[in-house]
Amino acid sequence: MAKEVFDSMNLSRESFTFVHEGERITDKIFEDKPVSYMKDAWRRFCKNKASVAAAVIIICIVLYAFVVPMVSPLNSRFMDSYYSKKAPRSELLRPIGILDGGVDRAFSEKGLVRAVGIGVGAVDWEGKGTVSVAESLDSKYQPMMSISDPVEKLNAKKEVTRSYTGHIDVYLEVGFMYQSVSQKEYERIRAFEQESGLHVLYPLVEDNQWNVDATDANNWFKTKKNTPVRINENGKAVAMDYGPDLVLEDNYKRDAEGNPIYYEFTGGGNLETAQYKVRVLYYNYYVYKNGFEPYYLFGTDSQGYDLALRLAGGIKLSLLVAVCVSIINFTIGALYGAVEGYYGSWVDMLMDRISEVLGGMPFIVVATLFQIHFANQVGPVVSLLFAFVLTGWLGTAYRVRTQFYRFKNQEYVLAARTLGARDRRIIWRHIFPNSLGTIITSSALVIPGVISSESMLSFLGIIKLGSAGVTSLGTLLADSSSIWTNYPHLMICPAIVLSLLMICFNLFGNGLRDAFNPSLRGVED
Amino acid sequence: MGKYVLKRVLLMLLTFFIITTMEFVLIRMLPRELPQDKVQAAAIASRWEALGYNQPLLVQYGIYLRNIVTSWDFGTSWYIEFREPAWNVLTKRLLPTILVNLYSLVFSIPLGIGLGIYAAIRKNKWQDQVISVMVMLFVSIPSYVYAFLVQYFFYFKWGLLPLQVYSLADAGNSWVSSKMFVSMIAPVLALSFGEIAGLCRFTRAELTETLTSDYMLLARTKGLTKAQATVRHALKNAMVPILPMLISSFIGILGGSFIIEQIFSIPGVGQLYLRSINLFDYDVFMMDGVFYTFINLLAGIMVDISYGFIDPRIRMGER
Repeated sequence: MAKEVFDSMNLSRESFTFVHEGERITDKIFEDKPVSYMKDAWRRFCKNKASVAAAVIIICIVLYAFVVPMVSPLNSRFMDSYYSKKAPRSELLRPIGILDGGVDRAFSEKGLVRAVGIGVGAVDWEGKGTVSVAESLDSKYQPMMSISDPVEKLNAKKEVTRSYTGHIDVYLEVGFMYQSVSQKEYERIRAFEQESGLHVLYPLVEDNQWNVDATDANNWFKTKKNTPVRINENGKAVAMDYGPDLVLEDNYKRDAEGNPIYYEFTGGGNLETAQYKVRVLYYNYYVYKNGFEPYYLFGTDSQGYDLALRLAGGIKLSLLVAVCVSIINFTIGALYGAVEGYYGSWVDMLMDRISEVLGGMPFIVVATLFQIHFANQVGPVVSLLFAFVLTGWLGTAYRVRTQFYRFKNQEYVLAARTLGARDRRIIWRHIFPNSLGTIITSSALVIPGVISSESMLSFLGIIKLGSAGVTSLGTLLADSSSIWTNYPHLMICPAIVLSLLMICFNLFGNGLRDAFNPSLRGVED
Repeated sequence: MGKYVLKRVLLMLLTFFIITTMEFVLIRMLPRELPQDKVQAAAIASRWEALGYNQPLLVQYGIYLRNIVTSWDFGTSWYIEFREPAWNVLTKRLLPTILVNLYSLVFSIPLGIGLGIYAAIRKNKWQDQVISVMVMLFVSIPSYVYAFLVQYFFYFKWGLLPLQVYSLADAGNSWVSSKMFVSMIAPVLALSFGEIAGLCRFTRAELTETLTSDYMLLARTKGLTKAQATVRHALKNAMVPILPMLISSFIGILGGSFIIEQIFSIPGVGQLYLRSINLFDYDVFMMDGVFYTFINLLAGIMVDISYGFIDPRIRMGER
């Protein structure tokens, strides 16, 4: 056990040396730059991949809303009532069978002949009467894109009936139409035909016993009870069956030499005002009128507006309202909450009562009352904005107030006050920056709330936007709500955009919240 | 505690009174419209005269308050149900609304909380991530999109459920018959998606916070298994904010959902509200306003008071 014990009591002076002898001890300058709160938040936001993706999608949607109206050949007020509720049709994707403007539908034999007949009639623009169904199927103007094999069934009278399913282009299905034009217009159309090689004018149709409905320009071939017929030598009608070899017998108006007649004088005095009835193929008439073919990427809405442009308008309006509300709420909420939180005592009591009364009002009642009272004076969008602003800032104010309660008794505030800083300076320079993160987050999360409330209110018909130029996503959905089963694109497009906006703004807001949350600062590093 | 509750209730009543006064003034200021039919118009006009609708606003308000106090009369419906007291018009429509929302809550509370607990326990594992993505989707997508989807799949595609809720006559004159229940499944489903997602998110957030707190570490150190500690300590504490939320959603079922009632044509209070605006039936509109204000305030106060009961450390509004 004779271990040498370290004698700590009797140390000689020589055992000690200076560590820093001869050195100058100074504070070192930080080698890397300090990271500010905002920069740190930005860095952490960028780490959150979902939020960044959401931000990118939001930017894409906003770009869509602004760029599409600029590049589109159509004007947002352009509408064509004959092409309303039509399915999406894209020039690029049509050849590969996507967005081809077609819908699948079941046809009876008569219905099929009628639909195919439009294509046959369009090919036979001279009225020769020799075009068979098979020859017309490859034509650009044939609405039937594909026809299934017939399914045979016995009906109640034990007769064989055939039914088909086919893919039909809803734009070409519109077919022919009667139009009233002036002499000049007629000549312009003829000149357009010469120039473009398209056929707009088609022979007029006889109004006789073989024509069921003379107002419908698609009844160009002879029918009896809607069944296509051929007239034999005795003047009797012989019914014809559908098949590729079927040649429909035309019922065109002809002059004495047997040439088809293309126009008919209907009224008007002199050469200038005289009106002529002509029969046009609407697809080509559309091209003549507008200079482009009807291609609508998202289809057309219930009135015949381009849905892509309507969507852009809807996104713009929804975002505009949401951003305005967010900014106004930010301002009012920050002011109110700062004053409330900083002064406390009776000021706080009074202001708290006021916000309690405002918060107790059901939002839907407030929105309705604003609409009824102000919609006629300032318009529905502005009165909606009022309704949102009336109660929307309460959340922000509450958060700011909490922050002020937390920070107003800290030492640095006391120090500032001791140095003679005024209330205003203490509030805005010293305490307010602490609550900036929470306010920014809550302002970002206000946006999806406003978008969904706005679309809900317009869906319920409480906001009636009405006018042609203005629309919102909710209005588009409301328009489609009773007819979407037949025209699904009317519902799907706005629903997807709305859902996407909501999801992205929520993700974006959550990302901001995490980035600005001081308690998470540096956790992952 | 008694003093605290009393104070809260009195404050709430004061707020309620102020809001209803404002609503009354704003609604009575609206121009009233008479029907086209001359005989009916004359009858209604004379009734309005007798009820004092042409008097100054303050007098009208006095009459309104007196009628409520003396005969529980909140006004009369003129267009929705001619000369039926507004109170009856409203209460008649409460049952379908409550039923649909109650079914939805009964369905979504266990599912939402269960999924939330599961996600919190499996935090940052793939199960949690799947649930979180689903929750994000379902919270964000608006309820009418679900309604359309439910209608599309369950009615058009599979033909399992009727498109809309049956009328009372179609379902054997009872709101609780099995036929009525079947027709209510579609709106209940449409309502539940959002509810489940919301509850799940909330539960997960609360439970993950309690799971990482110090007393959990203590519980584990003193020898409790993970399951024991989770159920006895973490879950109990996580329930403190969850329970008041459930209470407020139970009160919220009185208000119903406007969108769902509109799409599935449920004759409930939400639909009544829309009809009262569209038909300019302002007495019913006023009744609705009072009703919604009351529910709104009641939910708020119940949450505050229940916090006080569940966790005495928190007494909202006390300083």
